[in-house]
Amino acid sequence: MLSPNTPETKPIKLSVKDLAFCYGEKRVLDGLTLDIHAERVTAIIGPSGCGKSTFLKCFNRIHEVSSAVKVTGDMLIDGVDIYRGGIDVVDLRRRVGMVFQKPNPFPKSIYENVAFGPRLFGVNDRASLDLLVEDALRKAALWDEVKDRLKESATGMSGGQQQRLCIARALAVNPEVLLMDEPCSALDPIATSKIEELILELKKTLTIVIVTHNMQQAARVSEYTAFFWLGKLVEMGLTERIFTTPRERMTEDYITGRFG
Amino acid sequence: MPRHLDIEIKELKDGILAMAGVAEAMIDLTIQALNEHSRPKADQVHILDRTMDEWELKLDHQCIDLLALQAPTAGDLRLIASSLKIIPELERIGDHCCNIARRAPFVHPPILSESSLERLGHETRGMVRWAVDAFIGSDGGLARTVIQADDSVDELYGKIYRELIRLMMSDPLCVERASHLILVIKNWERIADQATNIAEEVLFILEGRSAKHTYLQDNPPI
Repeated sequence: MLSPNTPETKPIKLSVKDLAFCYGEKRVLDGLTLDIHAERVTAIIGPSGCGKSTFLKCFNRIHEVSSAVKVTGDMLIDGVDIYRGGIDVVDLRRRVGMVFQKPNPFPKSIYENVAFGPRLFGVNDRASLDLLVEDALRKAALWDEVKDRLKESATGMSGGQQQRLCIARALAVNPEVLLMDEPCSALDPIATSKIEELILELKKTLTIVIVTHNMQQAARVSEYTAFFWLGKLVEMGLTERIFTTPRERMTEDYITGRFG
Repeated sequence: MPRHLDIEIKELKDGILAMAGVAEAMIDLTIQALNEHSRPKADQVHILDRTMDEWELKLDHQCIDLLALQAPTAGDLRLIASSLKIIPELERIGDHCCNIARRAPFVHPPILSESSLERLGHETRGMVRWAVDAFIGSDGGLARTVIQADDSVDELYGKIYRELIRLMMSDPLCVERASHLILVIKNWERIADQATNIAEEVLFILEGRSAKHTYLQDNPPI
């Protein structure tokens, strides 16, 4: 755990400067400026509708399926603005993987779910795919549970296994950043615990940004916490500090349940 | 509508206030036992010590339940974590009162000026009351007053200690009573330390910064 007395040694991976996001006339995010460090878990907390999920989607431009959206400001990965011309969005989404609230495996076999990404990026020979699939499933702590039934349908797995499969699917294309939008909200405590352990393991090589409504989950898995309210950043800092001595009254009221 | 946690925290604070009330009653009885060299009053102090132990068990349990079931954060977390430290400080105050009171019958006839010994007891008692008031009233200023007052008690303790050593060296007949009195004043001095510790916890609850071992900190709250 990072503490106020420990200097940050990891470089800034994602940098957001004065980000604003509008759906038509509605301004969902406003004036967001923050940095996210590599190989750290950053939790985004805040009440429903405060723009947490929208913020996450901005990192891999997944919101661009809607034409009514307008994004201004800068979003940089390793110092490069992902909204400037010439950025390959498909490659961006390979580098920045995403896991959603509800597990959403493809109606295919376990193997094909994980192999889907690498195939998209041109890996077609069976031996290479076998290696990639096994590696991704191992990283997602799922290999031992599914290695004997890779050809079975993914939809027959438990909810927790499906979510880890979705993480394996994201990992199979070797991302640098993993965005997780309430990844445990549909899971029981045991499956949640497995995902949280997985997050702690994955952060050794990945930058993770997680949106969660579960305060204790944010406290358990993240090094940094950012509190959003009405599309604005109220406070961001080390999770240890935010959960013991928040600077803003609004943050204190939210995390102690006095909000509203 | 108040949060359920607010109601439970109020119950915890009420319990700590009640326990502190018993501690203050023990201090009063201890001062009286010393002044009057009274064994019955000393016995009453011992009887109240059992009440203190019962409060300690009950309040410890309440704190653990709150931590386990409510997963408190921020100000709530600091208050409950510090309560877990304040409760044993109060219990130790009770123990020190017992240590003092049981020596009350053995310090007669007096060898010290009564006023200096009584002053030590009253100053210590004042610190305990202020520390508890600071906790209940969330009063950082009062907590700082307690911490500063500890120097005065330490000084008085040192003065009486040197006087007792001088008496023992000059009159061998004083040695037994002086030995008891050295332990008496040491226990008063420890009670003042306990009050200081409580005041430091109050500052942590209110400001989120530790007031302990300030020489190790860049920006201590005191």
